[in-house]
Amino acid sequence: MTDLPNLDFPPPPEVEIWKLTKHFGAFTALDDVSFKIDPGSFHALLGENGAGKSTLVKCLMGSYRADGGSILIDGKETVITSPRQAQQQGLGMVYQHFTLIPSMTVAENLILGEPDLPQVMNWAKARASLTAFMAKMPFKLDLDRLVSSLSAGEKQKLEILKQLRLGSRFLILDEPTSVLTPDEADQILGLMRRLTDEKRISVVLISHKLREVESYADEVTVLRQGKHAGQGRVAELNRSDMVRMMVGDEPSTTSSTRDTAGNGAVVLALQGLGVENDKGLPAVRSLDLAVRSGEIVGIAGISGNGQTELVEVLAGQRALLAGALEVSGKPYYRTRSEMRTHRVKLLPEAPLQNACVRGMSVAENLSLRLYDEPPMSLAGFWLNRAAMRDRASKLIGQFRIKTQGPDAPIETLSGGNVQRTVLARELADGAALLIVQNPCFGLDLKAVAEIRQRILDTRNAGGAVLLLSEDLDEIMELSDRILVMSEGQIVYETTRAAAKVQDIGHHMAKRDI
Amino acid sequence: MDAGDISWWSVLIAVIGGAIRVSTPYLFVSLGETLTEKSGRVNLGLEGVLVVGAMSGYATAVLTGEPWLGVLVAGLAGAALSLVHALVCSLPRVNDIAVGISLFIFGTGLAFFLGKPFINPSAPRLPDIDFAWWSSSPQVQSALKINILFIAGFILALFMAWALKTTRWGLMLRTVGDSEEAAKALGYNILRVRMLGTVAGGFLAGVGGSYLSLYFPGTWNEGLSSGQGLMAVALVIFARWDPVRCFYASLLFGGATALGPALQTVGITTNYYLYGAAPYFLTLAVLIYSSSPQKALEGAPGEVSINR
Repeated sequence: MTDLPNLDFPPPPEVEIWKLTKHFGAFTALDDVSFKIDPGSFHALLGENGAGKSTLVKCLMGSYRADGGSILIDGKETVITSPRQAQQQGLGMVYQHFTLIPSMTVAENLILGEPDLPQVMNWAKARASLTAFMAKMPFKLDLDRLVSSLSAGEKQKLEILKQLRLGSRFLILDEPTSVLTPDEADQILGLMRRLTDEKRISVVLISHKLREVESYADEVTVLRQGKHAGQGRVAELNRSDMVRMMVGDEPSTTSSTRDTAGNGAVVLALQGLGVENDKGLPAVRSLDLAVRSGEIVGIAGISGNGQTELVEVLAGQRALLAGALEVSGKPYYRTRSEMRTHRVKLLPEAPLQNACVRGMSVAENLSLRLYDEPPMSLAGFWLNRAAMRDRASKLIGQFRIKTQGPDAPIETLSGGNVQRTVLARELADGAALLIVQNPCFGLDLKAVAEIRQRILDTRNAGGAVLLLSEDLDEIMELSDRILVMSEGQIVYETTRAAAKVQDIGHHMAKRDI
Repeated sequence: MDAGDISWWSVLIAVIGGAIRVSTPYLFVSLGETLTEKSGRVNLGLEGVLVVGAMSGYATAVLTGEPWLGVLVAGLAGAALSLVHALVCSLPRVNDIAVGISLFIFGTGLAFFLGKPFINPSAPRLPDIDFAWWSSSPQVQSALKINILFIAGFILALFMAWALKTTRWGLMLRTVGDSEEAAKALGYNILRVRMLGTVAGGFLAGVGGSYLSLYFPGTWNEGLSSGQGLMAVALVIFARWDPVRCFYASLLFGGATALGPALQTVGITTNYYLYGAAPYFLTLAVLIYSSSPQKALEGAPGEVSINR
């Protein structure tokens, strides 16, 4: 790789993280994590969503203050209190959400970061300096293009160029490829790899994509539930090792399968379902699925393989592009009256955003399914607030929702209690079909046990349950039948009795082979 | 050349002359609004600022006999009124549109209240420059009497285009208006930049107001502005937040305003009020044309609330 001119940078720093701990209230996001990043290495930070990757790098960049542990830069303990200070140490971060200014040109965006901008710009001089800088860079961008006209990959490149221009020698890339096409991703990671091979920079790649880690990283550190779950040289690890580190070992055998499972009538039937994501790319491809009454079908998969889009289609939040959707043998158009007659209930991920009205009270949120029929509504338009509040008070007690009262705004509740509120609303009158996604994400153990029990009770009462979760332990604990979703398709199916974590993990990672 | 040809030609001359004469307030208000919106805020109160500028400029000219002092006072009054907008909007969770509307009503009310004694006395007018020495036609001569403020506005548009691109201040203003996150990361004081942007915008709108009362139509009364300050806000959208395009757009709106009187000069008086409504139709057409459910406007500052 001699075709790359020198960047004239001092060598990258050695960064060591020692026993870093971070709490958010009672929740421990980061628990005693230590590892070291050698100068010029390409280090991957692997883990599922919520494993603590982002918290870790935010502590490193000074956005968060760690509650315990320390950061050593070139062997010296360093307290980093702000991103600016991290910048002075040569640490730079490329965020998932671009921090570029869309209506400005590439040149203007590059110049803006400079610490001592003159009152009146000498554009001729600035351009000369930028052109000289560009010539030294492994990738080029036209200085005069507007940022709003750049593709996602080009914006990512510009973010990286900006960091290099600021003198960052230790670059953190936060899931850089989540917004890129596979080709763009390979190009950018390949270029970063070249820069690390020449020991010009160190790179920390945050990712949950195994393929990227295997192809580009030297070393990998795996986090799971805020804890250090494994580490090693990528060359010495195989894929199933990494999957096991990410999703955990064979779970406890507390299986709750019932013998009768699988004999009920089909409640939810999907045939050839096709759905697009927000970018207009196929997210779910010709997916077939059947869920019978009295069974829990668990869909495992690494996040971003179409699970969210699938749930959104079932919820009525997203258009379906192809295929048929039937509930209890009838075509299902996801209208409010159909939801009511078929008793379709839903507990989506991020319930505060997807299933609640933030500014409304707990009682109002609890009434969202029923407010338009008696007794909550009189003559079709007059709301009976007393009836709403009575029912809310009953549910609050029954589902043990911790709130200041039925009139407290829902957004003042903790995550677990928002989850309980939505669950109370959805399950109070029983469900013939319950769709659940990541129900226990970020909750404490007690809440987890309770919510899982509610899901099991629904199944035991004859409901059909579709459970989508990134937590393999949860899938193994609750499901009667386990499917694996990858690239928008079901790639593997097994019964709980025959399920092995290794097999499932292998199929979860299949798209990366 | 028959008589019909001559009359249409004189309509054209009259429209051009009218465009130059009428466009100056549009130009100043739209340049001021561009400055404010580039910082990430909308100041709908510029209509009120315009009227306050007209009143205070006229009053100053009446009292001192010095029209240029009137222009300065009008600008300062506009800046002071916009400072109210800037300060109120700096409080958390205040909506700039709502504040703008109340400022608009407050400004016009204040001007009518304070301006009552100045409806009758006449003030010295601002001077103009005669660019029609080469022509003997009275229409051309009247069309090419160009006020210094118009020329100043033209130069200001060019200067603003240059400054937004080339000065540190311009880059800072655009950064703040486009991405609060990026501005924070660069350590800019967002509130201060917006405050200065709003106050400077108010100064320009105030100067625009003084043109109304001190040059054309050159009197002070309560129906003086007839919504030109609000139309100028629509004009900024039409001009895609570009000062030089603001200049062209102002001429277009000025021409539309001058259409009715121009037709009147050749004896077409039917539908006079319909032609008088031309700028309002134009405003509506511009807004419909520039609206899109799918995407944000090209060139719109990212933090402006119409864009979020």
